[in-house]
Amino acid sequence: MDAIVVEGLEKTYGKDTRALDGIRFSVPEGEVFGLLGPNGAGKSTTVRILATLTRADAGRATVAGHDVATEAGAVRRTIGYVPQASGVDREATGAENLLLQGRLQGMRGPDLERRAAELLETFGLTAKADALVKTYSGGMKRRLDVAMGLVHRPQVLFLDEPTTGLDPEARAAMWEELESLAAAERLTILLTTHYLEEADRLARHVAIVSRGKVVVEGSPETLKRELRGDAITVEFDSADSGRAEAVARGIEGVHDVTPDGRRLHLRVDQGAQAVPVILAALDAAGAGVAAVTVSRPSLDDVYLHHTGRDFRADDGDRE
Amino acid sequence: MKVVSQTLYLCGRVLRNLSRQPIWIVVMVVQPMFWLLLYSQLFRRITELPGFGTTSYIDYLTPGVAIMTAFFSGSWAGMGMIEDLDRGVLERFLATPASRGAIVFGRILESAIVATLQALLILLTGILLGATNGGAVGWFVILLASFLTAAGFAGLSHGIALRTRQEATMIAVAQFIGLPLLFFSSLLIARALIPSWMQDLSLLNPVEWAVRSARGEALPGTDWGEMGAFLLLLAAFVGVTTSFATWSFRSYQRTL
Repeated sequence: MDAIVVEGLEKTYGKDTRALDGIRFSVPEGEVFGLLGPNGAGKSTTVRILATLTRADAGRATVAGHDVATEAGAVRRTIGYVPQASGVDREATGAENLLLQGRLQGMRGPDLERRAAELLETFGLTAKADALVKTYSGGMKRRLDVAMGLVHRPQVLFLDEPTTGLDPEARAAMWEELESLAAAERLTILLTTHYLEEADRLARHVAIVSRGKVVVEGSPETLKRELRGDAITVEFDSADSGRAEAVARGIEGVHDVTPDGRRLHLRVDQGAQAVPVILAALDAAGAGVAAVTVSRPSLDDVYLHHTGRDFRADDGDRE
Repeated sequence: MKVVSQTLYLCGRVLRNLSRQPIWIVVMVVQPMFWLLLYSQLFRRITELPGFGTTSYIDYLTPGVAIMTAFFSGSWAGMGMIEDLDRGVLERFLATPASRGAIVFGRILESAIVATLQALLILLTGILLGATNGGAVGWFVILLASFLTAAGFAGLSHGIALRTRQEATMIAVAQFIGLPLLFFSSLLIARALIPSWMQDLSLLNPVEWAVRSARGEALPGTDWGEMGAFLLLLAAFVGVTTSFATWSFRSYQRTL
C-alpha cells in the first residue's frame, strides 16, 4: 500500500503566485522518498498540505489512507512533522519539549517518559536533556526537532529541509542519524531538500520538482543511468557558443547537448575517449575553449536534462 | 476532557517559561506595589473630596491597582502569541491533533493566573498599608475580578495579535485602546467626581465593570446585586473576547 498519495495538487498564493501546478507522486510504505528541487519549487507547500497545515485549491492527497482535507484529525495522529523553521520552544529544555509534544499527541505517563528518554539517547541529547534549548548548537536543535517529530511513533515522517542551515559536519552527522532511523523504525519518510547529495544519499526514490510539478521520478540510480555515460562541460572564452553547439551535435557519440551561457553541457558514452575528439572538432570550428570537465552523472545532471536549466541557477534566483 | 488537559499543559508551558525569567518576575511583582505606594501618597488627601464613600484612599485604591495590573497583563498577552508564531512553535502545535481551542485557552488562562497572583500580592501590600476591603469576601471578589479582567483583555489581545501578526502594530493597537479605557473609569477617582457624560460612557467599559465589582465590598452600603451584575458582565466579556480570539485563530489558519 502507498503511505502517501498525491494527485494533482494545485495551490496559488495571492493572485498569481502559483506554488503548485498539479503535482503528483506516491510513496510506498516504509520508504524514504525525496522531493528534490530548488527553493520555491513547491516542496514545502506540498509538505504543508500533507501535514494539514494548509489546504490545496484543487487535487487530492492521502496520508496512511486518510484524506488530508476531510480527515485532518486522523492524519495528524499518524504523522510526525519537522518543519523547516524548527518550532522548538527555545525557553524550555529538550526533555520538556519532547514531553509536551508527546502530551499533545495524546501520550501519558511512563510510556511517554520512556519514549522521551529513548529518543534523547538515540539522538545523542541525553547529556543536554535538562538544558534550555537556547543553549543548543544548530545541529543539536535540529536533532531535537526530528526527535519531537518521532515521539508518538508516527507511521509517516515529514522532514522539510532537515539539514538546511547546518554546517557540513552537523549535516553529515544528521545524515547518519536519518539513515539508521530509516533502517531501524518501519517508517515512511518524505524528505524535501534542495541538496542533490542529500537526496542521492538518503532517498530510495526521488521526484524532481520544478515550478510546482514533478518533472521526473525514479531511484537516483535509475535517473542517473538514464543519462547514458558521462557528463562533459565545456567552457568557452567568449559567450559565442552558438556555432559550437551545432558542431558538438554533429560529433558521433555525443547524445545530449545543452547550452548554458558560456558553457555547453554534453553527454557521452566514454568521457575519457570523447574529450580529445570534441576538443579537436571545436578547435577546427574556431571556438576558443577555456576549460573542460568530465564527471560521472549526478542528480544535478538529471535536473539539467529534464528542465533544461542549471539547478544552482534556479536555486539562486529564488532566494 | 481532552481540551481541558491540553489547555493545562499549554498553560503550564508558558507559566514555566515565565518562571525562568527572573527580571520579568521582579517587574511583575514590584511594579504594581510601586503603583500602590505612589498613588496612595500622591492622592492621599483626595478622599477629603466628597463622593468617595470612604476616607481611606488605600481602601479605595487597592482594588483599582489590582484591576489596572490585570488589565495590563491581559493587554500585552498577545506579544507571546506573536513570538510563538514567528518561531514556528504555533505551526508545530497545529500539526498535532491538539485542540485548536486549547492553544488559545492555555494562553488566556496563563494571563489570568499571573494577574490573580499579582492581585494577591497587591492585596497583601494594601493590607500592610492599612486597607481592609471588607474582609475575606471582598478579597475573594478582588481576585475573581482580576482573573476575569486579565482573561477578557488577553482574549482581545490574542485576537488582535493573530490578525496583525506584527509586534509594532500590536503595541500601537494596545496603547490606542488601552489607555483610554483606564481613564474612562472610576479606577483612580470617585465616580461622583466624574462628569456625568463620562459616567454614562464608562458603563460600557469592562474596566469599569471590574473596578465596580472589585470595590463593591470596600465601600459602605455594599450593593450585592450591582456587584453580581458587574461580575456577570465581566464574565460575558471574557466569553466574547475568547470567541474573538478563537475566531481570529481560525482565520489565521486559513491564511497559511
